Amino acid sequence: MFIIEKIKTIYRSRLLISNLVSRELKARYRGSVLGFLWTFLNPLLLMLVYTLAFGIILKPRYPIPELKTALDYSLFLFTGLLPWIWFSSSIIEAGNVLSIHGALIKKVLFPVEVLPIMTVTANFINFLLGLPILILFFIILGHPLTWYVFFSIPVMIIQFFFTLGLAFFVAALTVHFKDVQNLIANLLTLWFFGTPIIYPFNFEPILKSKIIKTALLLNPFTHIVEGYQYSFFFGSLPHWKKLSVTFIVSLLFFLAGYYFFDRVKDTFAEEV
Amino acid sequence: MKEIAISLRNIVKAYRKYSSKHRFNTLKSAFIDGTIFRDFKPEEVFMAVNNVSLDIEKGKTVGIIGENGSGKSTLLKIIAGIIRPNRGTVITKGRISALIELGAGFHPEISGRENIFINGIILGLTKKEIKEKYDEIVRFAELEDFIEQPVKTYSSGMFMRLGFSVAINVNPDILLVDEVLAVGDASFVPKCIDKINEFKRSGKTIVFVSHDLETVARITDEAIWMKKGQIVMRGYPRQVVDAYLQDISEKEESKHKEEKKEESVPVDNKRWGDKSVEIISVKIKDLTGKEKFIYSPEDGMIVELEVKANEEKDDFGFGIGILNGEGHVVYGTNTFLENLMGKKLKKGLHKVVFKISKLNLINGFYFIDVASHSKDGTPYDYHHLLHKFRVDSNKRDVGVYRMNHQWNFDDGIEFRKY
Repeated sequence: MFIIEKIKTIYRSRLLISNLVSRELKARYRGSVLGFLWTFLNPLLLMLVYTLAFGIILKPRYPIPELKTALDYSLFLFTGLLPWIWFSSSIIEAGNVLSIHGALIKKVLFPVEVLPIMTVTANFINFLLGLPILILFFIILGHPLTWYVFFSIPVMIIQFFFTLGLAFFVAALTVHFKDVQNLIANLLTLWFFGTPIIYPFNFEPILKSKIIKTALLLNPFTHIVEGYQYSFFFGSLPHWKKLSVTFIVSLLFFLAGYYFFDRVKDTFAEEV
Repeated sequence: MKEIAISLRNIVKAYRKYSSKHRFNTLKSAFIDGTIFRDFKPEEVFMAVNNVSLDIEKGKTVGIIGENGSGKSTLLKIIAGIIRPNRGTVITKGRISALIELGAGFHPEISGRENIFINGIILGLTKKEIKEKYDEIVRFAELEDFIEQPVKTYSSGMFMRLGFSVAINVNPDILLVDEVLAVGDASFVPKCIDKINEFKRSGKTIVFVSHDLETVARITDEAIWMKKGQIVMRGYPRQVVDAYLQDISEKEESKHKEEKKEESVPVDNKRWGDKSVEIISVKIKDLTGKEKFIYSPEDGMIVELEVKANEEKDDFGFGIGILNGEGHVVYGTNTFLENLMGKKLKKGLHKVVFKISKLNLINGFYFIDVASHSKDGTPYDYHHLLHKFRVDSNKRDVGVYRMNHQWNFDDGIEFRKY
């Protein structure tokens, strides 16, 4: 059985994965003065930029009760940005990861699937390291946090599978078609604005337009991001029905991605 | 019946070439029709390994030789499991370590120590095993003072030493070595060879791909010669190496003949003189009288000049010079220097033969200059760098020419022959 066999492969490679992930994280900021601080600074600076642009310069035309002030808005933004950074960095890096580690594929007997797994996991850990900052901001700005925060854990699992599935596709396709990388970079920008990160899902123009609303509902990342927004920002139960469907979709995505990757991986050693 | 460590059956590996147009079509149709698997079809196929079957006994050291592109490295990667063959089966017994590219997977930004751990894990060691071998790895690589530095600061020699040291300490049952020793510095290579010999003594199986035929002949039990993806010959290393060299020589000779045909028009700055005594042709032959291009240092040589005197002469002589690839004259002489005074040269065609009983030259290309000239040195016809031959020796001695020599030792000095 494909699934059982693959779970075994991943289990056998656990030491390899954990070491590659820690190397990836160590090497990322090695040589820079601030070093590991960048893990925290990067999302923080990004949040400031978006707060300035969309919270202050382009004030929302349709104010939402929960997002009255720029500070509220920045918190809301940060809640959605952190998981998005995990997602988008993973996908972009997945496009490079096979060619960067081409020597391993070509010259060493090596389970290639470890590489996309490494990328997604390394970015996941980066995301986890960003969470204390998020919580710190909630406390500083006096925004209440509830026990619903723990509902973000299943959301993370869903996101992990979804991201990994897509990472497998992107990694395998980029080996054969370099164009995929450019395509993905632009697609991700569209995807970012098509996900309720800088605006809430119940933003008036969205609710008004049926097409936009449907498109947003079909976007799995909408439900993932909403999961975080509910459990952190709004302090309420995430929409578990939508999330369950998203979970199933993510799992299917993961299996399809892994299967595709597995089918074409024998060609990597020649093409990388 | 001996135990078999590596067993290959009917291995076929074809490499595919895609054109960029094909690539675009593939991408397009892959998305439109969803035929992505079927469309990974090549336009041109290159057979890197073509139906190779091979059994290697446990404990044997086997060398694979062959020209570039003969498929030997591909075969090694197939044994290692890095490349999956299109057809055929590979069965190997025991842990394999492949020294195909040293330091593959080293990360430049992190330290040598961290890289040893991660590389060890990549090569299949557990953390505990690496800890146990860590000191040995560092000591063998001679990197005690640099091990905490990022690998990007290492010299290429240091990088290679570390890579070799990690790979060799995996303690494999089967060791695959691909040409990696070619890049090492002079002091490290013997150390690597020592280590490989140590493996050999402890009964491990070694497969060794190399262009260094001397090393192959010296350290292997058996050699395999591959040509165009197939095994041409297998057997006692010296024999296989000799057969391979012979094949290369023949190939180069025919290539040389073709080149000669092309450059038949004499170039001015390579030939001068008034041509009153013209050298029409120069033939380089072995002692049996066969025209040849490649010689061994032990061979003799005949340089045959066809001379056409356009007028009768009494002031004439012939000269010859042998120059090595750097343009230094290895030897030069002429009839005057050998106390032969021209008396009479009849008008018409003549033959002049210069015989060398033994070349005594080292490896390399050589040129022959020939001339007909007067007593005061005025050339009638001078051929400069127009005629070429090659000496192919399996010895690696150095210098300008190979002196006749022998070593003598008293009874207190013993050598191991290899």
